[in-house]
Amino acid sequence: MLRRSGKRVKPMKNRVIKVDTLARVEGEGGVFIKISDGKITDVKFRIYEPPRFFEAFLRGRNYSEAPDITARICGICPIAYQMSAVHAIEDAFDVTVGGQLRALRRLIYCGEWIESHVLHVYMLHAPDFLGYEDVLQLAKDKPDVVKTALRMKKIGNELVRIIGGREIHPINVKVGGFYRVPRKKDLLALVDDLQWARDRAVDTAKLVATFEFPDLEQDYEFVALHHPDEYPFNGGRFISTRGLDIAIREYEFHFEERHIPHANALHSVQKGVGAYQVGPLARFNLNFDQLTPIARQVAQDLGALPPIKNPFKSIIVRSIETIYALEEAHRIIEQYEEPDAPAVKIVPQAGIGFGASEAPRGTLYHRYRLDDEGVILDAKIVPPTAQNQPSIESDMRKFVSTHIDMDREQLTWRVEQAIRNYDPCISCATHFVKITWE
Amino acid sequence: MPIKRPKIAVFKFASCDGCQLSLLDAEDELLAVAAAVDIANFPEASRRMLKGPYDIGLVEGSITTPHDVERIRGIRKMCRVLITIGACATAGGIQALRNWKDVKDFTRLVYASPEHISTLDRSMPIGSYVHVDFELRGCPINKYQLLEVLNAFLNKRKPNVPTHAVCIECKLRGTVCVMVAKGTACLGPVTQAGCNALCPSFDRGCFGCYGPMDNPNPHALSKHLGQLGESRRDIMLLFRGFNAYAEAFRKESEAHEE
Repeated sequence: MLRRSGKRVKPMKNRVIKVDTLARVEGEGGVFIKISDGKITDVKFRIYEPPRFFEAFLRGRNYSEAPDITARICGICPIAYQMSAVHAIEDAFDVTVGGQLRALRRLIYCGEWIESHVLHVYMLHAPDFLGYEDVLQLAKDKPDVVKTALRMKKIGNELVRIIGGREIHPINVKVGGFYRVPRKKDLLALVDDLQWARDRAVDTAKLVATFEFPDLEQDYEFVALHHPDEYPFNGGRFISTRGLDIAIREYEFHFEERHIPHANALHSVQKGVGAYQVGPLARFNLNFDQLTPIARQVAQDLGALPPIKNPFKSIIVRSIETIYALEEAHRIIEQYEEPDAPAVKIVPQAGIGFGASEAPRGTLYHRYRLDDEGVILDAKIVPPTAQNQPSIESDMRKFVSTHIDMDREQLTWRVEQAIRNYDPCISCATHFVKITWE
Repeated sequence: MPIKRPKIAVFKFASCDGCQLSLLDAEDELLAVAAAVDIANFPEASRRMLKGPYDIGLVEGSITTPHDVERIRGIRKMCRVLITIGACATAGGIQALRNWKDVKDFTRLVYASPEHISTLDRSMPIGSYVHVDFELRGCPINKYQLLEVLNAFLNKRKPNVPTHAVCIECKLRGTVCVMVAKGTACLGPVTQAGCNALCPSFDRGCFGCYGPMDNPNPHALSKHLGQLGESRRDIMLLFRGFNAYAEAFRKESEAHEE
């Protein structure tokens, strides 16, 4: 429900819904919807974040710099960039990182999922459902809820900090492994907090499941990584709800990016098919069986079983994935043994490498071509938000067309919320996109 | 009568969002900060956007488009105190690597339709367009330094942000010098403190997140790095990172161009 509903106004046949600065997303974007004669004539999820040209200036840099440089594409999910980068470069060098080093990568990724999901669920998304403009207003009415959320988020950040050195742009991830591996006792010190947070994540899922969800379902093709032994973080194969099953290195045979000037957005589409969706709903719908028993049980108790197609319900799925990440972190810590070396030996060789991992907001693809000294010749990076943009605009169009009589203020807020369903990271999406101004 | 809380606004230019996220990452302090000040404009966190003027404006990101030049001038007029946060806002950031290239080539490399791209030739710090009252360094900034700077300006005192080298932090925390002990290339001797010597404490060399310290001697460091076996190219790349366009680092990287 929207508390700040305002008065009911007569629906107008011609109107423009415009949000200059979209709030509670990472980066700078806006909304533009035009309605003429009761019909939608234009829908734009406008992105005016300036371009930063990462792919261009990665050329000529050393392979060892890629994790630190690409992390700067996004301050919210730097681990995702570091993971996709190291996997792609290791692929080019024919190196496999396994055992405890791989487990540690998974562990630091758990930390990023926890802090990013809790941030989104409580601070960016829940205020929409509860009718608050932000989490600080929510905190005035429900301080305990917000304090609990902040503590959960901090526990995710602690995990990233202990392994990575700091929460934002961690410094410890390198091609081949880490610069220094954590002590087991430092990780064990987190276990009580992880267990506490796991229980709070269960509470969170139960809480958000009571929210009112606007009706919006479309027949999306969901795409996510799938790994035979685990809920996907690093590596695996791309699969989809319509039977796609390809290796990571085949990604560009099936997907392409289009720079569509009139739509003012760069869109990633599946060749010959069109829009598809990545992110929590996709992972959940495609990998449900690999969640932990408790995460699955909570989903069952809440009646939140795959396929979930209503993007507003992504808040439930993020909460369930938070339960998973907390349990998985606990498991990895219990089984952790300090490895003899912090990284495997790297010998550069000329070649192309492909990597993909599951950022909190969806699949992140990297490809690098390197010379025999490990100098980057070219790079390609496809972030989750670029892949979700066609679905985001499609949701906006559908939502507005089915709620065209809603008063302007409410409709505007709801459209914003529909975009926030995707936890879009505009800073990521615009590492290469530039939208012209009207 | 209730005391009027100072109004704070957060603005973003070309950046990764990480520095303003530091405010939300101050989990233990956030609610206290929000009680002490009125966070009047912080789009990353709230759809409530109050109009200026503001007592303090925090600016993240670098200036890279003609539109952003106009925008920062408008923001300057609205803010009594303007503080830039992070390497993008204080030195042009990693995107300043374009400053050595033809930006048209860059555009063609990344975009299918380069004619739709509007961008300046250079990524520049905020301070090259408007007066800045305080520059907080870091890629990302240190959230405790951010709280200190806010506290200082609200209480009309000078922020306690050290401008000495990362080396001092290594000595203070008792970290063995990675350059002396292992021959690892490290920018610590010329980089401003603020991270608590994070990289050396993780067995790697500093790569300059906080930019040049007060009065650095990068030339002497380069000479030493050469003696350790670093190539001219690697020395150039080391200085040409997240603070590439900060003057001392810029000159040193240019001195090592092939």
